[in-house]
Amino acid sequence: MKNNSFEMSKGIDWTLIGVYVLLVVTGIASIFATTYRDEAIVNGFLSLNTDYSRQLLYFIICIVIGSVILLTDSKFYTATANILYVVGVVLLLLVFPFHTDIKGTQSIIRFSGFQLQPAELCKIFVNLALAKYLSTPDLNFKRVKSQLIASALVLIPAVMAILQSETGLALVYFSFFLVMYREGLPSPILVIGFSLVILIVLTLLIEQNLLAVILTLLAAGVIYELRRKIKRKRSILFFIIGIWVLSVGVQRFAIPYFFNSVLKPYQVQRIYATVGKDLEVDESKLTEQDIKKMADKKKAGNYNVKQSTIAIGSGGFWGKGLMKGTQTRYDFVPEQRTDFIFCTIGEGFGFLGSIYLLGLYLFVLFRIVNIAERQRSTFSRAYAYGVASVLFFHIFINIGMTIGIVPVIGIPLPFLSFGGTALVTFTVLLFVLIRLDADRQMILR
Amino acid sequence: MPAFNQSRQSFIRILFLVAFIVLILRLLFLQLGSRKYDLLALDNALSKKIIYPDRGIIFDRHGKSILENTLTYDLMINPTQLKGMDTLGMCKILNINLDGFKERVIGAIIKNGRYRPSVFEASLSVETFVQLQENIFRFEPGFFLQERPIRSYPFKAAAHILGYVGEVDSTILKKTNYYYQMGDYMGLSGLERNYEPILMGQRGVRYQIKDNKNRIVGSYDKGLYDSVAIAGRNLNTYLDIDVQVLAERLLKNKLGAIVAIEPQTGGIIAMASGPTYDPNLLTGSQRKNNFSWMLRDTARPLFNRAIKGQYPPGSTIKPMGALIALDEGVITPEYGLGCSGAYYGCRRPIKCSHETANHASNLRLALANSCNSYFSHIYRLAVDNPRLNGTVNGYFKWKQYMNAFGMGVRLGVDLPSEDRGFIADTSFYNRLYNRSWSSCTNVFLGIGQGEMQATPLQMANMMCIIANKGYYYTPHFVQSIEAETERDTVLNPFKKRHQVTSIPDEIYDIVQLAMQDVTESGTGRVAKIDGISVASKTGTAENYGIIYGKREKLKDHSWFVCFAPRENPKIAVAVIVENAGFGAAWAGPMAGLIMEKFLKDTLSESRWKEVERIESQEIILPIVKYKRNRLDSLKRERLRKQQIRVIAENPLEKNQRDRGSAKINNHFNAIKPSDEEQFI
Repeated sequence: MKNNSFEMSKGIDWTLIGVYVLLVVTGIASIFATTYRDEAIVNGFLSLNTDYSRQLLYFIICIVIGSVILLTDSKFYTATANILYVVGVVLLLLVFPFHTDIKGTQSIIRFSGFQLQPAELCKIFVNLALAKYLSTPDLNFKRVKSQLIASALVLIPAVMAILQSETGLALVYFSFFLVMYREGLPSPILVIGFSLVILIVLTLLIEQNLLAVILTLLAAGVIYELRRKIKRKRSILFFIIGIWVLSVGVQRFAIPYFFNSVLKPYQVQRIYATVGKDLEVDESKLTEQDIKKMADKKKAGNYNVKQSTIAIGSGGFWGKGLMKGTQTRYDFVPEQRTDFIFCTIGEGFGFLGSIYLLGLYLFVLFRIVNIAERQRSTFSRAYAYGVASVLFFHIFINIGMTIGIVPVIGIPLPFLSFGGTALVTFTVLLFVLIRLDADRQMILR
Repeated sequence: MPAFNQSRQSFIRILFLVAFIVLILRLLFLQLGSRKYDLLALDNALSKKIIYPDRGIIFDRHGKSILENTLTYDLMINPTQLKGMDTLGMCKILNINLDGFKERVIGAIIKNGRYRPSVFEASLSVETFVQLQENIFRFEPGFFLQERPIRSYPFKAAAHILGYVGEVDSTILKKTNYYYQMGDYMGLSGLERNYEPILMGQRGVRYQIKDNKNRIVGSYDKGLYDSVAIAGRNLNTYLDIDVQVLAERLLKNKLGAIVAIEPQTGGIIAMASGPTYDPNLLTGSQRKNNFSWMLRDTARPLFNRAIKGQYPPGSTIKPMGALIALDEGVITPEYGLGCSGAYYGCRRPIKCSHETANHASNLRLALANSCNSYFSHIYRLAVDNPRLNGTVNGYFKWKQYMNAFGMGVRLGVDLPSEDRGFIADTSFYNRLYNRSWSSCTNVFLGIGQGEMQATPLQMANMMCIIANKGYYYTPHFVQSIEAETERDTVLNPFKKRHQVTSIPDEIYDIVQLAMQDVTESGTGRVAKIDGISVASKTGTAENYGIIYGKREKLKDHSWFVCFAPRENPKIAVAVIVENAGFGAAWAGPMAGLIMEKFLKDTLSESRWKEVERIESQEIILPIVKYKRNRLDSLKRERLRKQQIRVIAENPLEKNQRDRGSAKINNHFNAIKPSDEEQFI
């Protein structure tokens, strides 16, 4: 038995687990700092009435789950990846008839006092399934068909999450494209994607017709510049004109259509708010409910970001000290246990605390990339990149939103935010990786 | 495993790194870039709570408190805690209907927000309070009772002296350099205003932390920056509240003023102005309503006639004329004048009420008989004093005398907004008569008419000068401040002795004796007091008013000035009753009662009857009465409706309140002295 456990623990990345524990403990401390209200501390931790005690309980559960994962055979994950994916999708489908309405989300199933958010949990299954698909022998990822299959794996849960009013969670799934990129998704697709992002941002910033004129002038300039080459090769001209048509089409028609018909007005408003613009909408086209919702959301969104930037900004270099932050202690920052937990660290421990946390996160990300690159099997590598991408997306969007450089998207800060499902999800993601890494000498299929 | 994709890991690493650098740069900008967020956070969470100390108490000369702090109770509401409350029960107790209840709740939410308690009903009446106190457990925590200290006046007197306390407005905020804050209370008039820094004490400040819903959650930094409130200090005054109450009774239903001063110290014993009001009306929740109807009253109950009423002094000025002539050396006490019923020194004769021979054969006789001819003449002698090179210089000197006596200048009493009266200066006559004027031009000044006006306070002060034989202390109320230190300089001006003449005491004796004669055998007999020698002078001042645009002669003002006992003066009094006729008719008896009450401490039964007789007499010009009653009926009705509750509580005050709300008539300002009047 003793020998066995030694075998089991061989190759396990204890450093990563140590950083993980550090992060979760920081999270519990932060939740404690914002929600502690003069109750007896021991009692508070044991009662399970307080958020910090509940988070502590989730942590203990996570340790159990993590231990179980570490004791499981790596082959289990490759073997069950596809089945788990199907289970995940089924769970997501079950949400539609069985969801409970809580705080405007329709993504939670509740049974016997227990809450489950499949859209959150599904990240694990998608990551496994994607890794499994990418590690298929003889897969030619240059083929459009493979690309489409991989994209479908990722996008099916994303679409369902959107249908469950969890746009934030849905966006997380897009981070898996980073994995595909690593595994050979052709660069042009990324270039096109990146250009598209720039085009969208420009569309937000510049008036539509003006942007169309600018794009036209740009195209004309390029054609003039390349006139000699074009004389030799006609196709370049068509290529440029094609890009021009596409760009103008996107900025002039596709995006307005998308904003007007697909997104909800308040979402459009939020997107505009991040680039510092006020959305002018034709109110006559909106229902009264929409207008009210927009006003509410706008107020709430602006208020949240304003208060969270005040909280973090007022932390200064050294911070105000544990539980001394007025912004977070006295509820000025909304959702400060969950999505805005970073404010507590920014206010209480200032720039130093923020750097400490960002340092830990960056360490984790780089460590995972290192781990990924030392894997012999594609499955493990793809899975590792999946974990890194999801974590990166969460961290960047969450912290970016609290300091006002990213639109307010309600996604948690990994390992820190209050919430059982999120903590379990991230723990499972990480510990499966650690398990796979422990068996990095094996070739997994 | 396509090996060439390996290079893509660098891109991913760089992507991570760049993203984190973006985050860190933004954090640098936020956390180290500016201190703006610090202030914003403090602004969010810090609330500065002012703790009000108890205001100081004001005592009279016998140590009776003439104003006190009492607690009233406000019914407070917590709008968020209203669910499941017995609303109807509350409506029943407050005697309002459900709509009114809802309206008030909404009003409270608008005013202070949902989470902060606001006043639902201020200054509860005793019955409501008792009922609520018994039942408040039924309404908690939606409603609770909160105590609030207000001023109360146990004697219901001395309203004009004490003044009132009210909420500061923006002009005061600016003037005091924002020492006060919105919602603060301060003394707005009277002693409350003058001694505000002493009475208010020192405010305490408590810094508290509030949460996102403006609820207080604790003290800031364990109270490190807090300061304690220091209670206001008490004031001891010269006032005799019994005399004050008597004075106010005497002036009931009359327009006028009574001022009584202790000559040795300048301490004011009583100062009444008629009509007056119950100072309790200007505390509590009905303050604004009461104030507005008093402001509209034609008889101006808010106007302190004792320091702001300006009247021609009439014959009461004559002792001063004598003093000036004596001090200048133009006459001696033996100086006499043959008067046969009028003064013919100037172009038009000035009538004198006495025609008998030798009624002005020396100063004492002339003063006792109030001879117009004599005082017109000695006025001219003083002004045309050959030593002074001409009338202009002579008049200038005369005016200097008057100013030294406290006429035409502010005496500096410790009440705000004292008026200075009026003594014309030489340029006034130069302008009016194109520099060609003589002592005949303003000869009426000698008998207290013409370009001259005095306040009752000034006349009482003049009596002090004669009583003291040549000096006075600035009249004032406050004798001492509790725990007085050297830093309290407010009382210093009152310790300075003002010497105004260099006339020997023997000559003063003659003036005093002449005034005693007035009481013993002259017009001042009405002010006689058994066993006490009173020196007095009556005055009957002619005055004019503009009624419906026409200048009309009004009934004379009744003046009486006196001091007693003559040998060792303890009290000097000036009384004026507007449009009451002869000085001896009303002002005299009132002055007598005041002196007697003060000197003997009691009044005999027959004297109390006299008080009742005077009290019940109404002396108000018909035109003033008419204007008081002829009110804009709509406004009056509205005001009355507002007052119904107060009236129900204070039925005695009903009369006064019914006078209502006529437009302010500048009755006194309309009266202008003139030189073509006939004098007594």
